[in-house]
Amino acid sequence: MNVHEYQGKEILRKYGVATPRGVPCFSVTEADSAARELGGKVWVVKAQIHAGGRGKGGGVKVAKSLEEVHEHASKILGMTLVTHQTGPEGRLVRRLLVEEGADIRKELYVGMVVDRATQRVTLMASSEGGMEIEEVAAHTPEKIHKVAIDPVAGLTEPQADDIARKIGVPDGSVAQARNFMHGLYRAFVECDASLAEINPLIITGDGRVLALDAKLNFDSNALFRHPDIVAMRDLDEEDPAEIEASKFDLSYISLNGNIGCLVNGAGLAMATMDTIKLFGAEPANFLDVGGGATAQKVTEAFKLMLKNPAVKGILVNIFGGIMRCDTIAEGVIAAAREVKLGVPLVVRMKGTNEELGRQKLRESGLPIISADNMADAAQKIVAAVAGK
Amino acid sequence: MSILIDRNTKVMTQGITGKTGAFHTRLCRDYAYGKDCFVAGVNPNKAGETFEGIPIFATAREAKEQTGATVSVIYVPPPHAAGAIDEAVDAELDLVICITEGVPVRDMIATRHRMRGKKTVLVGPNCPGVITPDEIKIGIMPGHIHKKGRIGVVSRSGTLTYEAVGQLMDLGLGQSTCVGIGGDPVNGLKHIDVMRMFNDDPETDAVIMVGEIGGDDEETCARWIKHHMKKPVVGFIAGVTAPPGKRMGHAGAIISGGKGTATEKLAVMEECGIKVTRNPAEMATLLKSVL
Repeated sequence: MNVHEYQGKEILRKYGVATPRGVPCFSVTEADSAARELGGKVWVVKAQIHAGGRGKGGGVKVAKSLEEVHEHASKILGMTLVTHQTGPEGRLVRRLLVEEGADIRKELYVGMVVDRATQRVTLMASSEGGMEIEEVAAHTPEKIHKVAIDPVAGLTEPQADDIARKIGVPDGSVAQARNFMHGLYRAFVECDASLAEINPLIITGDGRVLALDAKLNFDSNALFRHPDIVAMRDLDEEDPAEIEASKFDLSYISLNGNIGCLVNGAGLAMATMDTIKLFGAEPANFLDVGGGATAQKVTEAFKLMLKNPAVKGILVNIFGGIMRCDTIAEGVIAAAREVKLGVPLVVRMKGTNEELGRQKLRESGLPIISADNMADAAQKIVAAVAGK
Repeated sequence: MSILIDRNTKVMTQGITGKTGAFHTRLCRDYAYGKDCFVAGVNPNKAGETFEGIPIFATAREAKEQTGATVSVIYVPPPHAAGAIDEAVDAELDLVICITEGVPVRDMIATRHRMRGKKTVLVGPNCPGVITPDEIKIGIMPGHIHKKGRIGVVSRSGTLTYEAVGQLMDLGLGQSTCVGIGGDPVNGLKHIDVMRMFNDDPETDAVIMVGEIGGDDEETCARWIKHHMKKPVVGFIAGVTAPPGKRMGHAGAIISGGKGTATEKLAVMEECGIKVTRNPAEMATLLKSVL
């Protein structure tokens, strides 16, 4: 689960991580009063969306007067912000963060991820703040410093100080940087984060260490112990189809193609998408109906796929294990009838009771195309969609 | 032989009285030599009772002492699953297979840290389990689609493993052992660990290795294979079409920071001399071609 920058900063402040003072705003009026309340001479108006690259897309503006705050807030709020992470369709800006301007002497990078190889939380830091860490990793990997954190000992002082010095934190600010990293690590662990990025972390003219930006992602498997973080969820930032799917315990992700696919199991679902691509078309979605798919779940899955107007055909690929193929066949038939299916449907079933399942499909009288294996299924649906 | 488990393995079920644990323990007991293998259950609140004739103990240690079980399978719900693994490790079991899906990563980091230097081997979590066909199945895979043979299968995904097995069966090829290592980012056995076992197993002739996007375990395994594997290996990686930054069902199936793509994994595997296919319908025919 993702949260907005202002929410991430709220969480981090609880752990002693310093940030500029700021106020989240939902209207231009709120932005005006936030700037007055904050005082000072420089403010930053920042679009709050769940995507990076906001500055380049015109979603972050510096204001040197209250009038400019008003002007920027009016422009950014309600704009469709396009960044390299939003895709060409962009994202509507519904929230702002108005912050006091900071006197930036140095921009650095600090991030944390779970490293799968060491099975530990890894701190990554770089002197190249403000740049994408992937870019830094690609061009100047020597500028990225990493330390795997022992889950019992935590981030030690020598580790933190060493990293701080390596990324160019001035001597007078090393102690602050250490506290900053300690706070970030505690927040990461205690909130069950899966990713934290402070980019940039800044050193101000007077030597303070501040998180100028904050990106936090959380382990969705651990949300049951964080109702406060769940309350921060912003459904406007999520794909409505994915939200709808989660209500029925379906795992769904929208893609750009025109062949819907319904599969049991995440690995098989990906493999099915890959097969569609292999035979020259593009999948419209990832959809895993899970192990215990019922007729109702299959029907909901069909409705979900068909809400996407791009879908011109559907491929069902089921490996019946504990879940029997005849049960799935009943679900598919019921779903096809209920939604009055108007696009070609190819069904491939394998495993428990596959013959009985196929027989049910045949006897349904519906124009369902049966396939023997995954490749056959993909070829058949690709051909059907192409009108061949 | 086979790897990890065989007909002489004695198993306890942690979470035997829950819906999933009860359902699958029943199916496992009814498979091949399951009646001799599934000897104990663990549930602190139901100690002294039985589950369809299988005695229930308060702790894993007690179950081990009373029945000689050295392997555990875990079906307890996610918030308590890592604790159940810890208990099995403390009881010094040989092998723990955690089926539970949805275990928080932080819990697994702590559990894996506690396991350092201990003898217990972990498979999973979020996995279908392990089967040595016609001898024993521990987990949620359908037993009847398998038969005994000489092909090893290792995979991060459940149904994709069944798919590989189904294809092998269509060609008349049985399996020595099939290991589902699970789809979580922080887990027990990796591809490389299972590959080492297959390499040393005289009853395994060749291996199908099924991977997916996320992490670099497949690459690590491929590099090991290049220098050490004495048997043919074929591979498939799911997720060539997966978009970056999206979790594809499994917690560990995510391309992050441009890393962990299927294309990259396939390229490394090919560089290391592993025959790979981009067509998942051809896993078994590819394997047959290298025998």
